[in-house]
Amino acid sequence: MKLAASIALSHLLSRRRQTLVSLAGIGLGVAFFLAVSALMRGSEQDFMHRLVDNSAHITVYDEFRQAKPQAAELAAAHGAVEIHGVKPETEVRGIRQYKQKLDFVSRLPGLRVAPVLLGQAIFTFAGKDLGAAINGIEPDLMKNVSTIDQYFVSGSLASLHSDPDGIIIGTGLADKFRAKLGDKISVTSPTGLVRVMKIVALFRTGTASYDDGQTFIILKRAQTLLGRPNVANRFILKLDDPARAPVVAGQIERALGYKTQSWQEASEDIMNLVKIRNIIMYSVVAATLIVAAFGIYNVISTVVLEKTRDIAILKSIGFHARDIRRIFLIEGALLGLVGSVLGTGLGLALMAGLARVEVKSPFITTQAFLPIYWGWDQMALAAAFAMGSALVAAYLPARKGGRVRPVDILRGAA
Amino acid sequence: MSTVLRTESLTRVLPGDVPTTLVENIDLEIARGEFVAIMGPSGSGKSSLLYLLGLLDMPTAGQVWLDDTLTTGLSEDHLAHIRLERIGFVFQFHFLLEEFSALDNVMLPMRKLARLTEEEAHDKASELLHTFGLAEQMHKRPSQMSGGQRQRVAVARALANDPQLILADEPSGSLDTHASANVRDILHDLARNQNRAVVAVTHDPTFAQAADRRIFLVDGQLQPPERAAALFEVSVRH
Ligand SMILES: Nc1ncnc2c1ncn2[C@@H]1O[C@H](COP(=O)(O)OP(=O)(O)OP(=O)(O)O)[C@@H](O)[C@H]1O
Ligand SMILES: [Mg+2]
Repeated sequence: MKLAASIALSHLLSRRRQTLVSLAGIGLGVAFFLAVSALMRGSEQDFMHRLVDNSAHITVYDEFRQAKPQAAELAAAHGAVEIHGVKPETEVRGIRQYKQKLDFVSRLPGLRVAPVLLGQAIFTFAGKDLGAAINGIEPDLMKNVSTIDQYFVSGSLASLHSDPDGIIIGTGLADKFRAKLGDKISVTSPTGLVRVMKIVALFRTGTASYDDGQTFIILKRAQTLLGRPNVANRFILKLDDPARAPVVAGQIERALGYKTQSWQEASEDIMNLVKIRNIIMYSVVAATLIVAAFGIYNVISTVVLEKTRDIAILKSIGFHARDIRRIFLIEGALLGLVGSVLGTGLGLALMAGLARVEVKSPFITTQAFLPIYWGWDQMALAAAFAMGSALVAAYLPARKGGRVRPVDILRGAA
Repeated sequence: MSTVLRTESLTRVLPGDVPTTLVENIDLEIARGEFVAIMGPSGSGKSSLLYLLGLLDMPTAGQVWLDDTLTTGLSEDHLAHIRLERIGFVFQFHFLLEEFSALDNVMLPMRKLARLTEEEAHDKASELLHTFGLAEQMHKRPSQMSGGQRQRVAVARALANDPQLILADEPSGSLDTHASANVRDILHDLARNQNRAVVAVTHDPTFAQAADRRIFLVDGQLQPPERAAALFEVSVRH
């Protein structure tokens, strides 16, 4: 092994320029692999964090997934009767007996829950009418399940306690009305009730549709305003471990019967996009490494070709075909190894450089940088891939070298 | 006198559109301590015979025994091991590894056999180089040495694992008279004083004169002794 390694090394050192070029190929491949992967995975993590933080982990709706079975169907279970046009019923009255159900859910371990009554209303200020959603909430419960508290420009969820007729609106809506904190705004419900409410707090999340379209009032007020006393039509949940959301959602749905959606289910298309993005990234990056592997193949093929005389000498002395193969495989492995080390160094430098690039984020007002993933697993992956392709690239010429018959060379030379 | 090498109707035909017979029906016996010269016109099959004797090539018919082991039909790896242990080759054109020093070249077979420690191998290699007057050249690369020096390094390498059979293909072919005599004396000494069998191909009658026995090849066929003696007389006169 040591002998094979020293011969391999002598070959690589005797072709210094080619060796350097192929090292550069592997090194750059590994470095780009790392930089791209760090950036993609960093942004994915960042994105997922935001997605998980800013959305409810689980939402319980006052809807059913399937239509209730019809009496005729129950009577003839095996298709003697077929009924068309059955639609799932929307529970107009909201979640029935929501207090007991809320109680049940809040007793499940590792989660927090808040009830919401969601409705629509027309808002009027200074002669201007705009529609928006009204969220009837219990501020003390809501602040446990929502990150909205982070986005207040003035006041907070708790400001609703100070004034029973208080309302919280987004800066988007406020700008459209040219309304300020403390202004009184009239709210008309679909049932025709009108109530004048005072703006007690303002939020700005950076998502226009949210800042323009969502308002918060006390649950009790919402119930009277919307004409649905003692009703809530949503439960919003946060879990200690967001990954468990699908399991917990299933558990709740089985117990309550209402459609219960985990954040994974709600953002399935986004998750699919992330998956596709990852596939594209890894294929592009793998391609750079494969190109680098061709460089290695090239070097080792040339060495085998140039060193057929040496191979003949070694074999005539008594080296086996596998000894010869080993020499060239070691050459490939050396190129792969040194290339990976150089590439990892360069890749880390690139990552450090990228991590200093500043970006403007609508969510964050403080300084923000490109999100970089620093995990060692991607370095291991890059190095393993580089080593693997180097060995594969070296294998073909190595096998050819092992097959050289010394007599053929000796006859040719004589 | 114990036999080191024996062949029986050794024949090698190169396949092809027009098959070429390299050597035909060679019966040969070489004993320990014997120095044999193979002579013959160019293209008569001397090198081809040597490759067969050295187990580098496989005969199309006939057998080669080495120390009473029938080598014909053994696997390539097995033959490689026999070469490593028992046969030393010196080629017409000093086949040395260009990137390795003289010392490393001589150590190569010992390292491969791995019976000696690195240190022992080093000592033995430098001793061999000393005997051949190459103490000064030990750390030089082949490209930094003269042809005669290189040929002596090749002989030293052939002796590295103490083979009982040494095969040399025109070891003095590219050397001047002085260097040639030097290599010849070395080979002669190996047979006479170290009891090894030495088979050397040569065109040089002076060289052949030093051998215990001369065999003649013409068109791949071994000539009978009286004819060989006559042919040798002719070559000496030229
Ligand atoms: N690769 C080959 N293909 C076809 N014929 C070959 C090949 N190699 C050698 N020969 C032929 O085989 C015969 C024997 O060649 P060999 O090299 O053994 O001769 P030689 O006696 O060593 O000659 P020289 O004294 O010139 O070295 C020659 O006639 C040669 O033309
Ligand atoms: Mg020849």
